Amino acid sequence: MHSKNQEPLFHISKRDSLVWYKAMLIRLVALLVALVVCAIISVLMTGENPLSIYQTILYGSFGTTRKLWVTFQNVAMLLCLSLAVTPAFRMRFWNIGAEGQALMGCFASAACMILLKNVFPNWAIILCMVLTSMLAGAIWGGLPAFFKSRWNTNETLFTLMMNYVATQLVAYFCVVWESPKGSGQIGIINPNTELGWLPVIGGQKYMLNVVLVIVLTVLMFIYLNFSKHGYEISVVGESEKTAHYVGIKVERVIIRTMLLSGAMCGIAGLLLVGSTNHTLTTTLVGGRGFTAVMVSWLAKFNPLWMILTSFLLVVLERGAGEISTNFGLNQSFSDILTGIILFFIIGSEFFIAYQIRIRKSSTKEAQTHV
Amino acid sequence: MEQKIPAVSMRHIGKHFGHVYANHDVCLDIYRGEILALLGENGSGKTTLMNMLSGIYFPDEGQILIDGKEVVIRSPKDAFSLGIGMIHQHFKLVDVLTATENIVLGLPGRLDLKAAAEKIRKICDAYGFQVDPHQKIYDMSVSQKQTVEIVKVLYRGADILILDEPTAVLTPQETDKLFTVLRNMRNDGKAIVIITHKMHEVESLSDRVAVLRHGEYICDVPTQQTNAQDMTNMMVGHQVTLNIERPAPVNPKPRLQVKDLTVRNEEGILKLDHVSFTANSGEILGIAGISGSGQKELLEAIAGLQKTEAGSVMYIDDSGEHEELLGKDPLSIQQMGVSLSFVPEDRLGMGLVANMDLTDNMMLRSFRSGHSIFTDRQTPKHVAENVVEELEVSTPGLSTPVRRLSGGNVQKVLVGREITSAPTVLLTAYAVRGLDIHSSYTIYDLINQQKKQGVAVIYVGEDLDVLLALSDRILVLCGGKVSGIVPGEQADKREIGLMMTRTEGNTHAQ
Repeated sequence: MHSKNQEPLFHISKRDSLVWYKAMLIRLVALLVALVVCAIISVLMTGENPLSIYQTILYGSFGTTRKLWVTFQNVAMLLCLSLAVTPAFRMRFWNIGAEGQALMGCFASAACMILLKNVFPNWAIILCMVLTSMLAGAIWGGLPAFFKSRWNTNETLFTLMMNYVATQLVAYFCVVWESPKGSGQIGIINPNTELGWLPVIGGQKYMLNVVLVIVLTVLMFIYLNFSKHGYEISVVGESEKTAHYVGIKVERVIIRTMLLSGAMCGIAGLLLVGSTNHTLTTTLVGGRGFTAVMVSWLAKFNPLWMILTSFLLVVLERGAGEISTNFGLNQSFSDILTGIILFFIIGSEFFIAYQIRIRKSSTKEAQTHV
Repeated sequence: MEQKIPAVSMRHIGKHFGHVYANHDVCLDIYRGEILALLGENGSGKTTLMNMLSGIYFPDEGQILIDGKEVVIRSPKDAFSLGIGMIHQHFKLVDVLTATENIVLGLPGRLDLKAAAEKIRKICDAYGFQVDPHQKIYDMSVSQKQTVEIVKVLYRGADILILDEPTAVLTPQETDKLFTVLRNMRNDGKAIVIITHKMHEVESLSDRVAVLRHGEYICDVPTQQTNAQDMTNMMVGHQVTLNIERPAPVNPKPRLQVKDLTVRNEEGILKLDHVSFTANSGEILGIAGISGSGQKELLEAIAGLQKTEAGSVMYIDDSGEHEELLGKDPLSIQQMGVSLSFVPEDRLGMGLVANMDLTDNMMLRSFRSGHSIFTDRQTPKHVAENVVEELEVSTPGLSTPVRRLSGGNVQKVLVGREITSAPTVLLTAYAVRGLDIHSSYTIYDLINQQKKQGVAVIYVGEDLDVLLALSDRILVLCGGKVSGIVPGEQADKREIGLMMTRTEGNTHAQ
């Protein structure tokens, strides 16, 4: 009943480790395969030339100087939020409340701009905005951490719920501070005086955001990899028992790290209100707090890789939007393409972690990638 | 026996993980009516080889013959249908189910617990097992759980049994019981393979010994024609000495005074009950007891990791000053200037960070030093280099995650780090568990060196022979109480074995 040719068709085994360039190669192949699959589906469903679709995607992100800067701005905001959630993730604290923490940052900034416009000079308003937005984000992130460290509550649920509280809070104040009266929303804040607007540098509206986020990326990389705090975060994330054993105060590290994570989200909120939009709406963060989770994971919690992953996601999203307008296609179609590409990229991680060996009678070293 | 067809014949078996050969060209025969001891150092491929027999791994090369016919074992299910059953080191039982329910779990056909219980009783009577089919797993001792695992395998009709280090968790009395049962099974014509590191067990139980070294098959000999020294030499590949020293303590002075230490765990169960003893400098205090008798709580309480209910742990420094350690966390103990090192039982889950490399693991104790907000990786790197060199840790490099090292090397890294800080008190829990004989003796040597340097060593062990040979005094714990403290030189193994299971009698706690 167990004859020789019953040998299994293939084995899946865990890889020891993979040199980084091979891993990158696998990811690249995954991306290429994804593009091919997208092309086939495009042709089948729309009859459009897939090459021109891809061209449009690139045009949508890089076609004009303005498009380029909008892309940079979006990457910067996504990256900022991804950086913010990363210390928590390294600690295995699943903060999916970046959306709410950033929105609270937006709220605090807008509140300063509206309430302090006749009280303080511009520089003082901006200083207040910076401080309060970070504080608001830190409170929103610190609360779940406090409950987690005290009563071991589930941080995923807690941070998720805090998002809705933030949205409702902002919705309420949108009505309180509505302008013009009766519109139910806050228009551009201080349009004439430009009080509380962050300065424009280099003649480019988005330059400030981009530069700031680049600095933050480098700082975060150094913080996580070379500082004592970063080391403590890694130890707590790997094993709380080990952390206790060497005398790391786990509760303190959890709260401290989440305050930092929240404050970083607050900075993203500050930039969104003070530099980009100059207004406050409930959808200002626009789901980026959740996309940031994916960016961080895809980059294996490494801030430098996040530049790449956030770029990829933004280009896909913006390109998708461009397709739907240019080809008169439904927005859903671009979502399909984005979905396929993400499926392949995330799926390729399997081939990085595991190797597959086909039945040895065929080829001995047959290791399929994708 | 030469004319018999082997029950299992493994021919030219090879298995590699990545570029590392776990097994290479291994040929092994297993006969019915025989107990085969499979010997080898850590990482020599014993467990991998047996896992291929039980369907967990699939060999890359070679054939397996059962009763002379070639077979392909693709899964544990295939292995079962061929009559092969393996009892792993870690039990795979559902706590809230009874013995019977666990045993029939996953079997096809109608569920008839009554009939199953009856069949289990028959198996138990046949071989001398003591199992209550209706007892829940969570009510069972480790030894009872192991019995359930063995019965489970027999119930499924296995007549080729593989036991992976079955005695690691048992008391001497329980081990004797297990061996009686195994002998009964052998006499019944079953083929039995036992993986163990304990030489005296090999000598007393097995009929034949097979030795693996670095994944390769070395030889097999009838047990009667060999001895512990020869077997060790074969495993290691060169001559080794098997002596545990016990130098007389030099100028012992009280270093730790534990009084009426009482600990309850989170469920409110009393784990330590008024434990009192003194540990002296330059002396090894062995702690014996069935696992779970409070050893873990005792060490963790001293190290500041365990909440205590009552009692005191007084540290006495060289100038005779007393300082209370209870109620302080590891950091404050360190800041008090007490150099206390702790080698915990759970090496990768507590003592080290499995995913970090050697340097970062060395840093665990010292990363706070200096005023900079940045970590200093240079010093720990030198420490790691020293440990690797002095303790002969075999590792691809300093940047290898410790989880990729073998058990013996992991322990060397941990012990190496703990003794680097020149401790005055060294706590070790099951320092040689799972380690092969060569690594074990390296660790005993290291512990003895510490003792000679005047460190107060508390050594929690499970192998009584070693405890008796190494310790200056032995404290026996039973159910969280001290059932006695005996001088190591005069201690008798049977007597200590008895003290481990009852508290009355000589309770002259010092």
